[in-house]
Amino acid sequence: MMVDALIQFVAAFFGTIAFSVIFFVPREHYLGCGMIGGLGWLFYWCLTAHLGLSYLGGTFFAAVFVVLLSRICGVAVKCPATVFLSPGIFPLVPGVGIYWTVYSMIIGEMEQSSSYGRQTIGTAIAIVLAIIFVFEIPQPWIGAIGRKVAVKERKRKEKELPDEEE
Amino acid sequence: MDSYNRRVLDLAMGAGKILLQSGAEIFRVEETIRRISRHYGVENSNAFVLSNGIFLTGQDQMGEMYAYVKHIPISGTQLNKVDAVNRLSREIEQGLDLELAEKKLRHIKTMPGKKPLTLVNASAVGAGAFCYIIGGMAGDCLAAVLAGGIVGLYQILMGRRKKATSKLALNLVGAFLATALSLLFYRLRIGLDYRAITVGAIMPMLPGVSFVTSIRELANGDYIAGTIRLLDTLLVTAGIAMGVGLFYILYYEITGGYML
Repeated sequence: MMVDALIQFVAAFFGTIAFSVIFFVPREHYLGCGMIGGLGWLFYWCLTAHLGLSYLGGTFFAAVFVVLLSRICGVAVKCPATVFLSPGIFPLVPGVGIYWTVYSMIIGEMEQSSSYGRQTIGTAIAIVLAIIFVFEIPQPWIGAIGRKVAVKERKRKEKELPDEEE
Repeated sequence: MDSYNRRVLDLAMGAGKILLQSGAEIFRVEETIRRISRHYGVENSNAFVLSNGIFLTGQDQMGEMYAYVKHIPISGTQLNKVDAVNRLSREIEQGLDLELAEKKLRHIKTMPGKKPLTLVNASAVGAGAFCYIIGGMAGDCLAAVLAGGIVGLYQILMGRRKKATSKLALNLVGAFLATALSLLFYRLRIGLDYRAITVGAIMPMLPGVSFVTSIRELANGDYIAGTIRLLDTLLVTAGIAMGVGLFYILYYEITGGYML
């Protein structure tokens, strides 16, 4: 299971970085975007595959996680949260659902098609709710967490590169 | 209106234009314009921002008006410019002088994009990675990488056209191409899971950014912008769905059998 989880993470990590490139994210944020997308997907995967949550709950909590992380990162490196959120949410976007809906419709399985269609819309709504709720959290709270992260990050960098600070 | 105030409002307008073009949210554009004009002492400025246009008026102490209306067509997402303008606006608030701010904005305007090859590679890697996520095996991923790369190339080539291509047509043909390529690579026995390859290959076309932005605009109460973005999302998705469906129907008509 650990190996599986690792591979899932790596795939989502590189997938998210690829989308960061397509959306012209500044190069220094590739790693952050990849981590957010990878962790978000890993979270979803654990919730649905191992903790028995439905796709709706899984998508919702994973999306909350991704949006929260994006906001914190945004404050920590002082750039808009969108930079992290747009690529980071991609693994959760219901691309497969759209495909299955159309596919079932074409082969004449109307019942299956509407079931997949509902599932796709449900996933989209779960993401919508997650985005709305997390963006309602007041900026100062996020700011407090983000600055702590930023301070830790700076200290770590200072330890690593003591000479360049001069 | 004296030339100083005019320059300030020109700067604010320029910053807003770049933000909107690069896919920033409405509130960010409005706030940036307000911040810049206020910092340089133009108190009476009003900006009204839509998804595809900015209306900006300002008034100085003598009662002279400045008005500027600019149409800005919706184009691709460029988060590096959003980040750069955001940083510039923060620097301005910390006391950057006007001359330098104008120079920096000109610099942001001409910021280089990514090389086409990089974008094709990114599209290929994205397709491969997402093919794996939805349950593809190594061979399927390879097929998705190839198909995704070709779809990425197609998107870049279409983006170079002088006449703006209709988004519906662009994505319909793109999805058609992706489905056809997936079938080709499946038949060549590169991958074994036809569906995973197809979903991977259409992944780079999905309107994830438009979707997220539209939700945020609607949540912020910018209903016009949110609706336009949502419509954009739905149109692109419908285009993709129709492209996939069209290929299946064509395949059925020609061979008389469903694909798997």
